[in-house]
Amino acid sequence: MIRIGVPSKGRLMQDCFDWFGARGVAMRRSGADREYSGVIEGVEGVTLVLLSAGEIPRELAAGRIHLGVTGSDLVCEELGTEAAEVVELQRLGFGQADLMIAVPSVWIDVETVDDLDAAAAGFRATHGHRLRIATKYHRLVRDFLQALGVADYQLVDSQGATEGTVKNGTAEAIADITSSGATLRANHLRILSDGLIHSSEAVLWASRVADWSEADQHAFAALAARLQVTGRPF
Amino acid sequence: MTPKAAIRAEGERLLAGFLAAGALPVEADILQPAGTLLDLYGEDIRARAYVTDDPVRGEMMLRPDFTVPVVQAHMAHGAEPARYAYLGEVFRKQARGSGRASEYLQVGYEVFDRAAPEAADAEVFALFRDLLDGLNLRPVTGDVGILMAAVRGLNTTERRKAALLRHVWRPGRFKALLDRFAGRAPVPAGRVKLLERLAAGSPGALIAEAGAFVGLRSADEIAARAEALVEDAKTPPIRATEAALLYDLLGLEAPAASALAHLRGITPMLPAIAPAVDRFAARLEALVARGIDVAQLAFEASHGRTSLEYYDGFVFSFHADGLPPVASGGRYDALTAVLGAGAFIPAVGGVIRPGLVARLRGLA
Repeated sequence: MIRIGVPSKGRLMQDCFDWFGARGVAMRRSGADREYSGVIEGVEGVTLVLLSAGEIPRELAAGRIHLGVTGSDLVCEELGTEAAEVVELQRLGFGQADLMIAVPSVWIDVETVDDLDAAAAGFRATHGHRLRIATKYHRLVRDFLQALGVADYQLVDSQGATEGTVKNGTAEAIADITSSGATLRANHLRILSDGLIHSSEAVLWASRVADWSEADQHAFAALAARLQVTGRPF
Repeated sequence: MTPKAAIRAEGERLLAGFLAAGALPVEADILQPAGTLLDLYGEDIRARAYVTDDPVRGEMMLRPDFTVPVVQAHMAHGAEPARYAYLGEVFRKQARGSGRASEYLQVGYEVFDRAAPEAADAEVFALFRDLLDGLNLRPVTGDVGILMAAVRGLNTTERRKAALLRHVWRPGRFKALLDRFAGRAPVPAGRVKLLERLAAGSPGALIAEAGAFVGLRSADEIAARAEALVEDAKTPPIRATEAALLYDLLGLEAPAASALAHLRGITPMLPAIAPAVDRFAARLEALVARGIDVAQLAFEASHGRTSLEYYDGFVFSFHADGLPPVASGGRYDALTAVLGAGAFIPAVGGVIRPGLVARLRGLA
């Protein structure tokens, strides 16, 4: 049986159900309103597993689910951009959001990552500690800044309300997902003009490490034909 | 013997060589406080070192090298001069599919000596050569100090020199800055936009217009850098002849004796490198005195700029085909000042990987 993991709630779940539904594969939650179980109809040999979007990368990498829908940001952060455990089958055209670096609007001397690096040098000399960037995307942000040769910064963990960290004095800058600039502006922040770290989108992923039995491979072929997806994880 | 036992035996043999050269054996904890290493290497070290969390001691790292704890111990209570040797595991995360070990033994030798730095450089290099004799390794040497001296001697602003020196160990970024300061690369679009914005008013007024003030970075700091940017935009590029010498230096690769002749040749045009070139010459003399053929010894001016960031003088490594460097080391005078809380002592040292030596000897 192929196990396909999809986000268990919210907009991402609904967009996902709509995308599959438009291709003749019906997905819906079953049971009571708060119960995380679902059904999938229109294909044979596939079961639906409702999961937190953030857990789907790990479940794919462990091979506990064969297929999964989640944001490319979460997969790249959890597994790295060169992850061998998963293969991208299809970009789904929803869930778009950009991971960006933002600094206080009053930093009139900072427009680019290059400026951020120079400001970090000055900041460290003045304040005695590295310039703090709040984020939950540690790997993506670090790889981005390392590739550009930025120094004298530190990443501080922020799992929510990241835009507020600067005002609250726990960070000097942030790197966060933003689908609109409104929250940034409301928190007196501005994005760097070359501070786009990752353009995220919902993606249908397949696990290379899951056990693909012969029956699973047949079921996958039928599902892939229905979804008009060409990649193969096995 | 199991491979691991054979590797440890090789490590013990190398350690005995270091001890016979007069080193004191030292130990270091495997769990190191992460803060010190992060302040030294920056966040990049997180991609290389294993980080763990202790409920009492906070964030800790599995020892990624010995240099930092050995320097700390010396700066805290070492006698002078001092020679230390150690043997133990280090831990480094490796890229997917690299096939490289993430846990391996290092055996090392460090010299803290104010008297004759070039003689100490030669002592360390010759000792490594002797211990690695018969393995047919290719030694490569370099000298980060010459490049740093060349940057300090440029006819440009202190701010530009400081920016270049800060990125000596990040060659890509260094090159990008040099290209810009030398007028070889156009001013990036973002900087043009920024300068236009800054031309629109005084920094104080622009900050006030930009909205509510948030963050620890003060208005004075922001204004100071804004003024510096405007000033920098008016700074003429580094002269083409001078820049050409620096580009030439970055790419200099030649046998050490020829490299010295070349550097002597360009010193009249870059007088600031004269003391560093004199030190290079003194080191070659000291190497010759230890029986090293400097007419054959490979020298690369940019060698050692991509490893962990602290070498600021002589650097060396020993290579075998298809393996990571079997041994590497160098001078790290500035590191002792950073870790010494005001104290400072010239220091040079290096490490050998017994696992690779045992493999080359067919033992593991």
